[in-house]
Amino acid sequence: MAGTLAEKVWDAHLVRRGSDGAPDLLYIDLHLLHEVTSPQAFEGLRLAGRGLRRPDLTIATEDHNTPTLDIDLPIADLTSRTQIDTLRNNAREFGVRIHSLGDADQGIVHQVGPQLGLTQPGLTVVCGDSHTSTHGAFGALAFGIGTSEVEHVMATQTLPLAPFKTMAINVDGALPPGATSKDIILAIIAKIGTGGGQGYVLEYRGEAIRKLSMEARMTICNMSIEAGARAGLIAPDETTFEYLKGRPHAPEGADWDAALEYWKTLRTDDDAVFDTEVHLSASDLEPFVTWGTNPGQGLPLSANVPVPAEIADEGERVTAEHAIEYMGLTAGQPLREIAIDTVFIGSCTNGRIEDLRSVAKVLQGRRKAETLRVLVVPASARVRLQAEAEGLDQIFVDFGAEWRNAGCSMCLGMNPDQLAPGERSASTSNRNFEGRQGKGGRTHLVSPLVAAATAIRGTLSSLEDLDLGDDVDITTFDGTPLAPLDPRVPLQV
Amino acid sequence: MEKFTTHTGVGVPLRRTNVDTDQIIPAVYLKRVTRTGFEDALFAAWRGDESFVLNQPAYSSGSVLVAGPDFGTGSSREHAVWALKDYGFKVVLASRFADIFRGNSGKQGLLAGIVAQEDVELLWKILETNPGTELTVNLVERTVAADDVVVRFEVDDYTRWRLMEGLDDIGLTLQHEEEITTFEATRASWRPKTLPAKHLPPVEIEAARPA
Repeated sequence: MAGTLAEKVWDAHLVRRGSDGAPDLLYIDLHLLHEVTSPQAFEGLRLAGRGLRRPDLTIATEDHNTPTLDIDLPIADLTSRTQIDTLRNNAREFGVRIHSLGDADQGIVHQVGPQLGLTQPGLTVVCGDSHTSTHGAFGALAFGIGTSEVEHVMATQTLPLAPFKTMAINVDGALPPGATSKDIILAIIAKIGTGGGQGYVLEYRGEAIRKLSMEARMTICNMSIEAGARAGLIAPDETTFEYLKGRPHAPEGADWDAALEYWKTLRTDDDAVFDTEVHLSASDLEPFVTWGTNPGQGLPLSANVPVPAEIADEGERVTAEHAIEYMGLTAGQPLREIAIDTVFIGSCTNGRIEDLRSVAKVLQGRRKAETLRVLVVPASARVRLQAEAEGLDQIFVDFGAEWRNAGCSMCLGMNPDQLAPGERSASTSNRNFEGRQGKGGRTHLVSPLVAAATAIRGTLSSLEDLDLGDDVDITTFDGTPLAPLDPRVPLQV
Repeated sequence: MEKFTTHTGVGVPLRRTNVDTDQIIPAVYLKRVTRTGFEDALFAAWRGDESFVLNQPAYSSGSVLVAGPDFGTGSSREHAVWALKDYGFKVVLASRFADIFRGNSGKQGLLAGIVAQEDVELLWKILETNPGTELTVNLVERTVAADDVVVRFEVDDYTRWRLMEGLDDIGLTLQHEEEITTFEATRASWRPKTLPAKHLPPVEIEAARPA
């Protein structure tokens, strides 16, 4: 029977099919852990006298509340330190591999899996973090789970799951210069809404998606959850295989050949039917920014803040009124006039080497606007090392930005990197919820290129607003790979 | 887990859509390593506002939350469910829930019932007209009653059965352990393993310092 990619991966992991309304039981290939959602799960195992079934399919890293400064000193925040110590102790007790602060493979869990080559096509990947959907970029079925489910996977290496519906997101055409994969996903979320993907697994397809690098694909899959979908995936292709080959945990020799043969079957059959299809034209896209307090409240940068009185639906109108008030904006105000206090470049959405390279290319030889601060936080220590080997760190420092150690940082402000009440950010992260980046903080979600242009001008801006001169070729800023992070090349440190 | 058949308690109208889990419990409260004691963190950003519904005496002892659509979106944090439970909520009703939140609720014995939006509006009207009105949630019949007004809610059969029996998920799965072992034996040998660890040679990381 014809099937979609997601259905194929699901069926290949079926331990037992549920009957009488009971969910299916699915095998989990890779379980990623971090310090925030795992302590209560380990505690649960201990209380029930259960063990960790597959330490060899489990890996932990420290990311959510690690500091990005002074990482060689004891963590100042006592509760953060307790949480990290708890993870380290649990890892030791249960025999889990852990990448701690100071280790080259420490970093945001959704960067660590791919960079080690552990994230592969056709796997089921889970983590107690909703942005686990990132790994779907490899054609894996990857989704975030709650702490009870974390405990369930620890004890059984399986999860009971109710079936999902399938949605095709077809992105045709080619991205215009200055637009990126971040703008694609912000436009998708604005189109289908923060609840539009509920109950669905999204499959991103079409010419624009095929042209994207692995890292740009990760940005798209990462934000599937912001459209309400638990997972989003992209069929693996040569771009995927090229990214994986030679990574520490990628198969080798005959195993590579066997894996490749299987991976090539991982695509939606031509005659398969999706429950829903959505179409978007990439060639019409321009840089997108959010104006409100959920990721669906986004508009092209050339637009104005919405006028609530013009919104017909009462619930949406009240939500918009509330968002405009919280954000300290005026209805009808041009988005380009919004002045920014902090530019944050980082997170599991846009903290990868390609993001840093494209930002550095814009910032090179310039100075930041006097009125704002700029934080650049690489997604992992390995990304940081790579950037330093390429001299990007110097470009950021010369620009006036702060170059930090790896972690989730200001994306959710669990560490000291927070917005003050009323402070406004242009952030390459994934959520603009009230208080997300610090109590009272105001977040505008943007692409790395918009973040860079904004850092130069002080107000929300795109490359169009800059006089880039002849030495910068903006036609390469379309999310296509400049040069992928290559794990085989020794770092020049 | 406690068995759940019916519950009667004060209904709380939360007239907001898209209440994400960052609103239910902000990230700064996630640093605890225990499973309980999150009641103060519930809706922390709104609790300082006197007019917020839970700050009104008639609603403060509420145990049935009636919220706008797309409740529980965003972060997967189960702490959102713990915070609601620790505060005293047994039931959340809305016309749409985020998938992860709904799943987390079922596992923790918090009933997430799907009510048609027009019925949510009706319940809001009743609860706002007579603050302190008790709602009776009957899981057997899948109904919510406010005095003589009765509306229906949806919950999937499996979650309903588990809630009514008070069953633990892991225990249920481990009844099929043999099938898990059989499945494991069929997995392709090239599937990745985290152990033994393979990585590039260790490299010194320099600590960034405050500017």
